[in-house]
Amino acid sequence: MRLYVLRRLLVALPSLLIATFIVFALPRLLPGDVVQMMLEEKAYGKDLDDLRAKLGLDRPLAVQYGVWLGEVARGRLGESLWTRQPVVTELIRRLPITLMLGTIALAVSIVIGVPIGVLSAVRQDGAADFVARSGAILGLSIPPFMLAIVAILLPAIWWGWTPLVSFTEWSKDPITYVVQFLLPSFILGVASAAGIMRLTRAQLLEVLRHDYVRTAWAKGLRERVVVLKHSLKNALIPVVTVLGLQVAQIAGGSVVIETVFSIPGTGQFLVDAISQRDYPVIQGINLVIVATIVACNLAVDLLYAVLDPRIRY
Amino acid sequence: MLPAPGALTRAGAGVGRLGSIWRMARAKPLGAIGAAIVVGLLVMALGADWIAPYQYDESIARMKAPSHQFWLGTDNLGRDIWSRVVYGARISVTVGFATVALATLMAAAVGISSAYLGGAYDIVVQRIVDAWQSFPGLVIILSLMAVLGPGLLNLIVALSILGAAGASRVIRGAALSVMQHPYIEAARAMGAGHLRIVLRYIVPNVMATVIVLATIGLGSVILVESALSFLGFGVPPPYPSWGGMVAGSGRTFMYHAPWMVLCPGAAISLAVFGFNMLGDALRDLLDPRLRGGS
Repeated sequence: MRLYVLRRLLVALPSLLIATFIVFALPRLLPGDVVQMMLEEKAYGKDLDDLRAKLGLDRPLAVQYGVWLGEVARGRLGESLWTRQPVVTELIRRLPITLMLGTIALAVSIVIGVPIGVLSAVRQDGAADFVARSGAILGLSIPPFMLAIVAILLPAIWWGWTPLVSFTEWSKDPITYVVQFLLPSFILGVASAAGIMRLTRAQLLEVLRHDYVRTAWAKGLRERVVVLKHSLKNALIPVVTVLGLQVAQIAGGSVVIETVFSIPGTGQFLVDAISQRDYPVIQGINLVIVATIVACNLAVDLLYAVLDPRIRY
Repeated sequence: MLPAPGALTRAGAGVGRLGSIWRMARAKPLGAIGAAIVVGLLVMALGADWIAPYQYDESIARMKAPSHQFWLGTDNLGRDIWSRVVYGARISVTVGFATVALATLMAAAVGISSAYLGGAYDIVVQRIVDAWQSFPGLVIILSLMAVLGPGLLNLIVALSILGAAGASRVIRGAALSVMQHPYIEAARAMGAGHLRIVLRYIVPNVMATVIVLATIGLGSVILVESALSFLGFGVPPPYPSWGGMVAGSGRTFMYHAPWMVLCPGAAISLAVFGFNMLGDALRDLLDPRLRGGS
């Protein structure tokens, strides 16, 4: 098991390194734009060259990458080109908010997706299956921002209720802090739940056709025992893979949901940074998101070994 | 007197073709509904000038509820929402098809070359694809749009780059499977060059997978494009992008005129639903190996 964990870590490192290069290179594909923008708007320096030297953008790309990587290893993600505030400070304030949103959304997607997928598989081609599959298709087709808007609009029209406009910090009111995440997380989780439900259903249907399941039925075991004890664990292995992909989807969806519900997380921070072409902030956020996803995928790989001891690659 | 050669047709040929379409529709009713929606969308996109009663930026009457004259109502600037939805279909179809075409080309080139060449090239390419797929789609698109700037062409390029990575993995898998067949070895033994083997034997045999991916991908592209337009990074105004219609004035006036936000939202959902259903049906018919979520 230790060897397996080490092997997975070694495989994750090259992917992370390539990802850091992509994060670094992406905003620099068109150098000079942000410098011109800053000079026109804020007059930070005498001329373009002076400003580039001040921001370290005049050095070769390889040197810039090396310096940046070294800073990242020391926990420094640079400063905002506009506010000159450390990116890390702002991320420390915003990241827990996005993590809270994403964690509850992931929990919602599992709690809704897996049981409905199991029910749909066990009652294949029945009324419950039809309703579940139709719901899943709708969940995949409706954009999350539309779901969010409808979730805000309809209660306002019917009952005159709207969600909070301002964000309540944990220190002010812990209960309101948690409650304000419920609706946005639910909406974010619903789209993921649809995909998980479909995959759980498909995988369980396949597992239920195996010979050992037929043997379990022949032994006279109850449906609950056959499905939950003997079949579900094997069916969940691909679902666990998809959960890792869902983390990426939820991270992307949080950008839209935070915008709709005015939640001051990293998603909103990213949108503002992109509008201003604030490259250090864009890099810092992308790096944190990518590192989180690589860590989640590593956790998924390790979970494989728990679910199925035969898996060692 | 006998009919001229070539004039003879197989008995019931016309009926047979229609019959097989009808049989497929009965076998996959949701796929047939999806196909009907996609055809409707294409008709709206191509015939927008004839279907829409007004121009997309023509100001007529402000904030009118849906009625006989204005089927989906009007917005805060007096523009007919039905006309804007119809012209918006043109934007969605253009972005969708152009993106999928470019992404499929890129994905096929990367996936087939990775499978065919193998070795160090395959390892390096797959690690890059792995790393690329670690990024959430919307985040990478936003970052690309920040670099490329606004505009329809930049949007298509950014969406294509995003979609190509995931699709290349699937096409690589299909190509690897095709390469196990003995006819590939036979082609090599006959002296066929690399390009001939790829173009003559591998590409035609992965086309089913490519078609399924492209159709399913269209739904995803429309979803992402609408989200980008909603955030303000998609198609710039005054072009009536559905996502852009929901954002901005749609959200501002949604309590007073909910049709401004619900109608374009319904259009997005219906379009994505149609492409998803059609893609699912094509997958079941052409390449059931890709089945996993239905």
